[in-house]
Amino acid sequence: MAQKSIREYDAKSILAKHWDKYFPEFTYAYETIMVQNGSELAEAAKTKAWLQEKMLVAKPDMLFGKRGKNNLVLFRDVKPGDVTLKKATTWIDEKSATPQSVYFSFDGDTPKGEAKTDMLTHFVVEPFTPHSQEEEYYISATCVGDNDMLYMSAEGGMEVEQGWAEKVTEVAFAITDTEEQIATKIRANVPADVAAADKAKFAEFAIGFFRAYRELNFAYLEINPFVMQGNRIELLDMVAKLDDTAGFMMAQQWGNVEYPTSFGMEEKSPEVLAIEDADSKSGASLKLTILKPEARIWTMVAGGGASVVYADTIADLAGINDLANYGEYSGGPTTSETKFYAETLLDLMTRHKDAQGRDKVLIIGGAIANFTDVAKTFTGIIQAFEKYADKMKEVGIRIYVRRGGPNYEKGLKDIKEAADRLGLYIEVYGPETHVTDIVRMALEK
Amino acid sequence: MAKLYTKDTQAIFWNNNTSAIQRMLDYDYTIQRKKPSVAAIVAPTSSNKFEKFFYGPDEVMIPSFKTTAAAKAAQPQADVFLNFASFRTAYEVTMEALDMGGFSSMMITAEGIPERLARRMNAYAREKNVTVIGPATVGAIAPGAFKIANVGGTIENIVQSKLHRAGSCGLVTRSGGLFNELANIIAINADGIAEGVAIGGDRFVGSVFIDNMLRMEENPEVKYMILLGEVGGTEEYKVIEAIKAGKIKKPIIAWCIGTIAKYYDSGVQFGHAGASANGEMETAEYKNRAMAEAGIYVPSSFNDLPNKIKEVYEKLKATGVIGDIPEPAMSVCPSVRKSKEFICTISDDRGDEATYAGFPISSVATPDTGKGIGDVVSLLWFKKQYPKWATEFIETVIKTVADHGPAVSGAHNAKVTARAGKSVVESLVTGLLTIGPRFGGAIDGAAEHFKYAHDNNLTPAEFLNHMKKLGIPIPGIGHRIKSLKNPDLRVEGLKKFAAAHFPATPLLDYALTVEQLTTSKKENLILNVDGTIGILMVDMWRALGYEEEEINEFISSGTLNSFFILGRTIGFIGHVLDEKRLAMPMYRHPMSDILYDVQMAEKI
Repeated sequence: MAQKSIREYDAKSILAKHWDKYFPEFTYAYETIMVQNGSELAEAAKTKAWLQEKMLVAKPDMLFGKRGKNNLVLFRDVKPGDVTLKKATTWIDEKSATPQSVYFSFDGDTPKGEAKTDMLTHFVVEPFTPHSQEEEYYISATCVGDNDMLYMSAEGGMEVEQGWAEKVTEVAFAITDTEEQIATKIRANVPADVAAADKAKFAEFAIGFFRAYRELNFAYLEINPFVMQGNRIELLDMVAKLDDTAGFMMAQQWGNVEYPTSFGMEEKSPEVLAIEDADSKSGASLKLTILKPEARIWTMVAGGGASVVYADTIADLAGINDLANYGEYSGGPTTSETKFYAETLLDLMTRHKDAQGRDKVLIIGGAIANFTDVAKTFTGIIQAFEKYADKMKEVGIRIYVRRGGPNYEKGLKDIKEAADRLGLYIEVYGPETHVTDIVRMALEK
Repeated sequence: MAKLYTKDTQAIFWNNNTSAIQRMLDYDYTIQRKKPSVAAIVAPTSSNKFEKFFYGPDEVMIPSFKTTAAAKAAQPQADVFLNFASFRTAYEVTMEALDMGGFSSMMITAEGIPERLARRMNAYAREKNVTVIGPATVGAIAPGAFKIANVGGTIENIVQSKLHRAGSCGLVTRSGGLFNELANIIAINADGIAEGVAIGGDRFVGSVFIDNMLRMEENPEVKYMILLGEVGGTEEYKVIEAIKAGKIKKPIIAWCIGTIAKYYDSGVQFGHAGASANGEMETAEYKNRAMAEAGIYVPSSFNDLPNKIKEVYEKLKATGVIGDIPEPAMSVCPSVRKSKEFICTISDDRGDEATYAGFPISSVATPDTGKGIGDVVSLLWFKKQYPKWATEFIETVIKTVADHGPAVSGAHNAKVTARAGKSVVESLVTGLLTIGPRFGGAIDGAAEHFKYAHDNNLTPAEFLNHMKKLGIPIPGIGHRIKSLKNPDLRVEGLKKFAAAHFPATPLLDYALTVEQLTTSKKENLILNVDGTIGILMVDMWRALGYEEEEINEFISSGTLNSFFILGRTIGFIGHVLDEKRLAMPMYRHPMSDILYDVQMAEKI
């Protein structure tokens, strides 16, 4: 996926790093720190005086929003703005000690939908910034359709989301717009509610913000709210996504940024991580998502498009409860890459028998390849069969193959011979059979 | 532009992706194209001037260049740009080609170009009215006319999927793998495709479904269209709008894959980077329903798509919209081919009689043919028929340099070797091996430096200064004894011939102004015979219409020196035969002629 969410701390760090380039007329103290527990915070306080000297705010930094409504923003002990280092330390230790439930959407103050429960592992701690409601603003940018959009409002915080249509000014920019055109358009569209005295300053900040969004290859960038006090800016809350395809040219600008898993999402299994690692090192594409490891139908499909139609067809004919994984390999993987991919799948597939005692089904599917050598990739799969044949027989696996493309006759013949030799159940089909018809065959048996 | 490609379309292929190019040429041969579909290759890191490929059972050479500009200059008719650069460089390569102009369409294969760059590139192409296919695509095909790279797969599959000749379907897909699959399904259930485009799997691609379908609407070969979309994006709605606006009237069959995505939250990325639904409108189901409501033929599932195609095709066939497609003649690529180790482009001994650049030897050999040794040189060295004045000049040069007496180092070496009892060829070669920068090399040097000075508009004084800085005496200037007052008659002869027969002699004219300056310093610093030959050769090639680039290549490859080698061989053989005739004994140099200055070696 091209667009990846990053932590609030990283988003602030990236802006801070390039602050003088984009916001030369403004200052930002960049007093922010990310910790995983209370003792890390206490340790950091030895070198960062502001942690001792100022009242603090602490909150989890794990990609989810609505932290206030989930009661996960620490800004008051007895009254707002009285949180000391000691209080923040104990609060973080307390919140990270037991699993926390988080709701992702609210109707007013009432939680909606299901809560996700997980451990809180990352917190961001910053000084408490006393300010008035009038000093809070909203700004964000992203790409919609063919255009970049800039959203600005004189009101920040939770209010802006409730009255989006009335409170937010939307401005669209074509990719071909020049710096001057962009600046002119922003100056002409400063939200009406921004105080007359602050309009020019607001426009300058928005111009810098939108330029940072574009030049630093953010896919989404939101500050809600930011506080503007004279020339002093405070970034109270940020959400950001990066276009990770630009990573190769942004290494310097982004610094050491990580792409965490969303809160409540299962941590990626070692198998998935291993495939991701192999994928990143290969010119070919190797993708794997585990949907339901105990389900009976596993797919090992070549090609981004074909893998989707197999998943569609399995969902249509068997229902999604039977689908164990989604994934694809494509772009001419080597024999050893295919072997590794197949072994990973077979290992997962042979861990448990089907709960209802049925055979498991392995779909080795694919469209007619353009340039991938089918016999070569199948050689890797055959080598994996050889390693896992005993386990496969123990669990009970029926294999259905359908593939076309360069050298497919040899590939089909080889895989059939190998399965027969190893005593595995297999049916093989070429381009004369409709690409997803093996799903029907497998389910009818 | 109703058709994306014709049977005359030619491409410039960026990156020497040999297997993809070979697939294109196999296709060309199979469908009996007159010219290969790849006119030139751009390979920035290769110094090769061409790459060899099979064309049916034979091999052809496709010219290779370091830059797109050079390739386009050499093959201006090639108006398709196939960009096989990686995601790191694909943007720059595309923008450069767009700036250059002269391309009607471009295909970009890289997956994962930074989104902002892809958007800028696509917008710029639109502004320039260039159809972009991709990024992240396998390409496009106009069956029976032109095929991009790997699309369609192997030649066997192409014929099986009826991609060797135009059918009646216009096909657009996102996925490259399913494009191939669809072509196969259409071949089985209908009569093949007339034009097909895989628009690419990235979020931002150049031409989208509607761009290609509006063109297909205008293409008379396309009788109906098939669209295979995906979950994510809103491109399918533009097609619906076009139908409602009456811009598309041809029947459409369509299906969006990714109906499964609704069961999972956005954490699961199905298929391509572009395949992620933001909101209900972008789900596959919503789009399939909307398309059905707009009157598009939508099957109940992907599995049902073949039946739907068959149904629509047969309806169109029955109503006479689609007629029978004639099966054209095809050539068959041999399955086993061996690459040739050597290439020859000057002579051929395979026919009845051996030829020199196409001319049977007998047609240039005897006096009645009117051809001389200059004509043979022009055929075998330059693969051209030079006019009379040029071949006569070549002969004049050969005759002029044939010998310069026994004392020059080459002749001396040949004589010493002959006296050691060696054969004619051994003795000759010894003499020839002496030819180089100091003996005979002035022809090359004169041509090179005088041409440089002239090309850069240096005044004679500036030229002298330039050579002084290089720290070398001007090649082609100076003689042991001759001067302006006592001219070298060989030089006079060459100049006279040139004045009478050359259309123009700009470099010689320039050299003579240089000579005026050098002889004013020292009277024997005249333009000598080597200099005159080198300079007049350049004038000859200019008059014959060669590009400066080609002339520079002649100089750097040693062509000028070759005239000296060829001419002087006559003289060396004369000296060797002279020694044999005289039966001279082994030569030993007199010790009295050697300065002996040998010191005891020091210990270190």
